Amino acid sequence: MSNPHTSAPETATRPLVEVKNLRVVLPLIEGNLTASDGVSFTIPEGKTLGLVGESGCGKTITAQSILKIAPRNSRTSGEILLHYPDRPPVDIVSLGPKDDELLSIRGGEAAMIFQEPMTSFSPVHSIGNQLLETIYLHRTRDKAKAHEIAVAMLQKVGIADPAAALRKYPHEFSGGMRQRAMIAMALASQPRLLIADEPTTALDVTVQAQVLRLMRDLQRDQGMAILYISHDLGVIARMADEVAVMYMGSIVEYAAVRDLFHAPKHPYTKGLMASVPRIGKKSGEPLESIKGNVPVPINKPVACGFFPRCPVAIAGVCDKAVPPLVDVTPGHRSACFLYPEVVAAAGLPQGAANVH
Amino acid sequence: MLSYIVRRLAYMVVVLVLVSVVCFYIINLPPGSFIETFATQLDAAGSPATQAQLDFLTVRYGLDQPLHVQYWNWIVPLVTQGDYGYSFEWQQPVWTLLADRLWLTIIVSLVSMVFVYVVSIPVALYSATHQYSVGDYSFSLLGIIGLAVPNFLLALVLLVASARLFGVTPTGLFSPEYITAPWSWEKVWDLMIHLPVPVIVVGLAGTAATIRILRSQLLDEFQKQYVITARAKGVPEGRLLMKYPFRVALNPIISTAGHLLPDIVSGSTIVAIVLGLPTIGPLLLRAIVAQDTYVAASCLMLLGVLTVVGVVMSDILLTMLDPRVRMSRAN
Repeated sequence: MSNPHTSAPETATRPLVEVKNLRVVLPLIEGNLTASDGVSFTIPEGKTLGLVGESGCGKTITAQSILKIAPRNSRTSGEILLHYPDRPPVDIVSLGPKDDELLSIRGGEAAMIFQEPMTSFSPVHSIGNQLLETIYLHRTRDKAKAHEIAVAMLQKVGIADPAAALRKYPHEFSGGMRQRAMIAMALASQPRLLIADEPTTALDVTVQAQVLRLMRDLQRDQGMAILYISHDLGVIARMADEVAVMYMGSIVEYAAVRDLFHAPKHPYTKGLMASVPRIGKKSGEPLESIKGNVPVPINKPVACGFFPRCPVAIAGVCDKAVPPLVDVTPGHRSACFLYPEVVAAAGLPQGAANVH
Repeated sequence: MLSYIVRRLAYMVVVLVLVSVVCFYIINLPPGSFIETFATQLDAAGSPATQAQLDFLTVRYGLDQPLHVQYWNWIVPLVTQGDYGYSFEWQQPVWTLLADRLWLTIIVSLVSMVFVYVVSIPVALYSATHQYSVGDYSFSLLGIIGLAVPNFLLALVLLVASARLFGVTPTGLFSPEYITAPWSWEKVWDLMIHLPVPVIVVGLAGTAATIRILRSQLLDEFQKQYVITARAKGVPEGRLLMKYPFRVALNPIISTAGHLLPDIVSGSTIVAIVLGLPTIGPLLLRAIVAQDTYVAASCLMLLGVLTVVGVVMSDILLTMLDPRVRMSRAN
């Protein structure tokens, strides 16, 4: 991508994580799958960045790259800078798999919670065993102290009788309880960044609301930043300070949550919003959908990824060049040739896109 | 947990009773009896027995009585006094025939099992963590050869090779001077020297199978979310491998361990004959051919006991190791 990395919109605080031009390629038999194609974003300290997109758009791989837990055979390039208050930032991409630095970042500086609470715990180890493991690795080697922290964490996430819960096994917990335990495990090390990969997708709506509230409360208490990944715009609207919309491995729109929801710029974002059912919509009015499916980004052509599905695509432009992600209004970035700023940034003559 | 064990042991007794009935019935299925086989042998030897002699033997061995009475006469002393009956052919109590062979069978089997696990677990761990490497392919190739080569053939090859290379034929489990000698440290040492060839031959197929099962189990587990969770927590790779995927991948190995024991015992019969091992297999074969009812029934019974005890043991072990199994079995 050609745009220089500008500071994220509405960022008053210092950056915690800066992802710069991240590219993750998965070599498959069918060809190279570009799961993440030049992604750049910044997560400020203590803030929440929402990463939205349909399944298969590269959200999860992008998040996994921060902890270097993407599939082993994937090829990653770009930079992921983790900032420290007292020393120069570390580029996570450049760390080796056995680096002590990486092991202390994983689960220590940045912890992750996953979509599937059912399979995220080892079935043959007790909850306590798995929770204490994190505490031993990142907080204290002292047994009594670790136990105290574990009990306090379970209490914090609202699990009744925490001391007994420590002795239980994952299959004795309900889905909501497991996700709470997962959150307790992730936060036990007091990470500065929490990566939440669709943490409520597998839960009931009522449990979902509880878990979301829990995460917001814990963020307020512990002051950590959150990278919140979801395909659910409603959840993102509730959780995020800033939103990045991903499509086929690229960020197509990036703005403060309010700006994004009030004035979406990219046709894909508009399509996503139109497809959310809303109370007050006239009955009988069909719910809109974005036609087609997300194409699999194997051997991607040089074109806007959304071109084949875009209702306002400009033939001869959108299928010939990749639109860069630049500011179209102050602090609101969009990667669409509908906007003259984007046309200019791509180096195309002004007027090339003025077909409409 | 305790109630589960008690229940399993109670089922075990029931199964063993059924096994004894079926064993005895099957032994008596072929037409004729030991007396007829005996008469044919005497005929062939040129000194035919008189009908009176044969009738006397029939009555003496109780072979004129109905089958259920014969069964009763065998099972009651067996259970109450540990008396396995009397061998028609060897003219000895069955237990004297069995005692030494039983211990040697158990020794060969257990050592083979240890061999299977000691070799297959590290190889499977290596193969799974180095999938599609040269080493992985080499072990896979060796494994397929190990599964495909009949073990008696391997036994013959090793015999010939050993005879050609070292001038020793490693048959039997003892050197001739120790066969009848009482147990001593020298005899134990002699046994140790003779064990490797039979153990390799008997254990090879099991080793190859275990490598394949454990390798694919491990590869399966590597993909699981809980492994990624543990990695995301900052657990170092080596510890992660042993604590999570390996631990879970062991379950099918534990649950099949009970079957491995009788497999090794019965599967090694031909090997035992080729290598001249004084184990139960050859004795059983001879007893069945000669219709030596009590020897055959007792051998089968012992194999049955080994199977059932092995399965129960691996079930109980699995219950202790896997909380999910424990939970479902507690109800």
